[in-house]
Amino acid sequence: MLQHSYTHTAMSPSVPLQEMIRAIRSARTQCEERGVIQRECAAIRAQFRQADNGGRSHNLAKLLYVHMLGYPAHFGQMECVRMIASSRYSEKRVGYLGAMMLLDEKQDASLLITNSIKNDLSHSNQYVQSLALCTLACMGSAEMCRDLAPEIDRLLRASNSYIKKKAALCAVHIVRKVHELGELFAPAARSLLSEKNHGVLHGAVVLITELCERSSESLERFRKTVPDLVQIMKGLVISGYSPEHDVAGISDPFLQVRLLRLLRILGRNNETASDAMNDLLAQVATNTDSTKTVGNAVLYETVLTVLDIKSESGLRVLAVNILGRFLLNNDRNIRYIAMTSLQKIVGTDHNAVQRHRGTIVDCLKDQDASVKRRALDLSLALVSASNIRSMMKELLLFLSSCPPELRSQAANGIFTAAERYAPSKRWHIDTILHVLITAGGDVRDETVPNLIQLITNTSELHCYTVHKLYRALLSDISQQSLVQVACWCIGEYGDLLLRGDCQEVEPMQVCEDDVLDALETVLQSHMSSTATRGFALTATMKLSTRITDNVDRIRSIVSIYGSCIDLELQQRAVEYNALFKKYDHMRAAVLERMPVIERNSSGLINGDPTGEPVKEVQPSKVKTEVSLPLPQAADQTCDLLDLLSSSEQQPQSPPAAGSSILTQPLGTDCSAGRDLLDLLGGLEPTPPPTAVTVYEKDGVTLTIVCEKQSDSAMTVTLTGFNSSDCDVSSFTLQAAVPKSVQLHMKAPSGDSLPAGGAAKVTQVVLLNNPNKVNLKMRIRVSYSCRGSTVQETVQVDSFPGL
Amino acid sequence: MISGKSNNVSISSQLLMSLGPHSDCGCVRSQRTMIHFILLFSRQGKLRLQKWYTTIADREKKKVIRDMLMLVLARPPRSSNFIQWRDLKIVYKRYASLYFCAGLENQDNELLALEVLHRYVELLDKYFGNVCELDIIFNFEKAYFILDEFLMGGEVLETSKVAVGGCLEDADTLQEVQKNTMDEYMNKPAY
Repeated sequence: MLQHSYTHTAMSPSVPLQEMIRAIRSARTQCEERGVIQRECAAIRAQFRQADNGGRSHNLAKLLYVHMLGYPAHFGQMECVRMIASSRYSEKRVGYLGAMMLLDEKQDASLLITNSIKNDLSHSNQYVQSLALCTLACMGSAEMCRDLAPEIDRLLRASNSYIKKKAALCAVHIVRKVHELGELFAPAARSLLSEKNHGVLHGAVVLITELCERSSESLERFRKTVPDLVQIMKGLVISGYSPEHDVAGISDPFLQVRLLRLLRILGRNNETASDAMNDLLAQVATNTDSTKTVGNAVLYETVLTVLDIKSESGLRVLAVNILGRFLLNNDRNIRYIAMTSLQKIVGTDHNAVQRHRGTIVDCLKDQDASVKRRALDLSLALVSASNIRSMMKELLLFLSSCPPELRSQAANGIFTAAERYAPSKRWHIDTILHVLITAGGDVRDETVPNLIQLITNTSELHCYTVHKLYRALLSDISQQSLVQVACWCIGEYGDLLLRGDCQEVEPMQVCEDDVLDALETVLQSHMSSTATRGFALTATMKLSTRITDNVDRIRSIVSIYGSCIDLELQQRAVEYNALFKKYDHMRAAVLERMPVIERNSSGLINGDPTGEPVKEVQPSKVKTEVSLPLPQAADQTCDLLDLLSSSEQQPQSPPAAGSSILTQPLGTDCSAGRDLLDLLGGLEPTPPPTAVTVYEKDGVTLTIVCEKQSDSAMTVTLTGFNSSDCDVSSFTLQAAVPKSVQLHMKAPSGDSLPAGGAAKVTQVVLLNNPNKVNLKMRIRVSYSCRGSTVQETVQVDSFPGL
Repeated sequence: MISGKSNNVSISSQLLMSLGPHSDCGCVRSQRTMIHFILLFSRQGKLRLQKWYTTIADREKKKVIRDMLMLVLARPPRSSNFIQWRDLKIVYKRYASLYFCAGLENQDNELLALEVLHRYVELLDKYFGNVCELDIIFNFEKAYFILDEFLMGGEVLETSKVAVGGCLEDADTLQEVQKNTMDEYMNKPAY
């Protein structure tokens, strides 16, 4: 660290500002720079302490430079106060600059300059007045504003143009700080509209805009000025070339845009006002030159105004067409803002936006990430039953090359669109498969059960589906969701696969060994997750009733996994082994074809196909539980059936006890799980209630906290939370429980989840389980986000704290 | 039957409870001006000018500056000039070795903001004559004075280039004349 003796430098004459800057810039290291700055600051401090020596403004300027580099400069605050009070213009100028840089309303020293500002507002020299006005508008606190408001009002009326325009913007700041003072400035603002000076006019328009946005009475009052505003605007649009205000052929675009914005606020929700400005808006929209950015800025504001007021339909079409033209513009900025605006109106003017669908879809291929994002949002909003095929082609193309941060949104958007508008089942399945192959890692977890359900429902395509999935499996086993679905299908429809005769795919001779090879590859691959391997093992097992020659191979695979280190696989393998040995007579019935899974509107599916390994209990305990003879298992599954039949509303009579265990191959550890839950309950004392997340999607989460009230009663608190950056509204929850359990839902705390987690929604559910049945709860979450509705169902199998 | 079908579960739409003050994004939201801040920085990330039009703590200012540097300097060469950041729109443009960056309110006109930045550059150019980054470094206080004649309180103050140029000249003259003849041209305050 460089150390310097301060006494030495305090005596030397102060270095001029520019020389100091040179010295700082020539420092080669950060440390050296710090040293120079420390020296200078010490000198400056010493100078501040001395009496007036004519170089004060330089010293303060030096300090301000140092401040801009990021070094502390608070010791200059009092010097600012002193300089502002000086009688020299140069010192006032730097003093006020320092005040704006170093002081804000939170600093105590800012109060000290109130008096100086007050004096300078009445100074005879307009440049001094201007300094005071500028500083007040920059950092004036509420008290200062209240104090000086009458003075500003005076300046608004009786001064020259230069001061008037500054006073107007100062008044804007005052109104922002102290809303009630708006009343004070309204009359003066009104009269300023008749000024000719553009600066004053602009200030007046900004002030009126501010007043109208703050109070509805002002809004009513200023609506009467619409004709005057229209006149002023017309003057700007059709007037000849004015050299002073011209920017690339547009006369004072800044004023034009502010006028258009004020007209928007005045015309909103008001027929009369909107009518009065119709012609003008049409004129601006047609006559403004759109070759340069400045013209487009005015057109953009015009379009925003037209779309926001009660304009006639012809004008609206004109506005949307302008946006359509913007979409074709070479300038990326213009394309970007066009899409932002179209997104705002895609709900209300859907057909108009549809006309530009082609261009929007082209923007998916743009290089710029911001443009791509906008194009994706808009494209998803434009998908409809009539364009689903062509849109999906484009969206799938986009998915294969889109930036990683957009993949999840794209994949999920595609699924929602496919679900809503699929023209045929085969198309739907193909689309989902395509997404899984391209972006399987970015899809939601529910995709797997949803797809399985879709497949079982499409019995005419079983052959086709299993062939396609088999081929996909052969080429790539890294996408877990795809592999899981493929395994399930192969296990279920393996006989169709082996028969080999499917019209819709190329013929391919598949023998039993090939299929078993494929499944074994999945089982052994390090890329496969535990859940995936579970699928593969179960599929292998199922094939034992669908193939004829290689049952021994299956037997050996199953027995090998009986000593697998993974708990989940081991459990399954042991169970399947038992099925081979002791319960072989039941095997065929157990492993027969699944019944069609009833689909309700939210894509509900019974059971949890991805069985979660339960890690807390020791393996030996699990083994003993699992060797429970299966007839007993039937009793436990009857309870499950209760739950399942009540939610599925299946009219069929309860199937034979043996086949009810069909739920097990899907992976629910219900029977063992329940016992384990009991074990867990016995092992530890009731832990403090912890929130468990039961649902999470795109930043929206739902957690539950359970508290046991008595032997049979408990309270479940559901909490919804939104940590994403878009607002969620109409957030509702519904719950279902097994038949014998009583449920009472209290009213929720609200139904909106603003972005960023500012608030949450809680809802309390009271449960009474007098028969002590296996307690499960199904919760349906639905909400609106970004204009689309989301509806999901989650099943809670274990309640923490029970 | 599913208990969910009973009346208890049909959720009535309740109005959202009042949330309290919008707090998170560190004070940039507290005042609704058009422009929240203007920053000028070099390609190496050195700050050359900072103007804040909202009340914001020093610590928060530093955070914003860091974020802006990161966001803007990382943009590939032919991107659009607009970035969405927190609840503001960031508009930036590169002129030679300097980036001009403005933070806008979300409902504001980005294209006009580009014109505002361009106008400021034109004013600097007129004043310094073929302005370059060094001019702004060595005469930073002049850069502020010019900005303060063009923008005020986050809004455009004067739309005429000529008018701004004229005022700056007069103010400079006042300063010069005063230096030479101490208090002669400076009237005593009216108070």
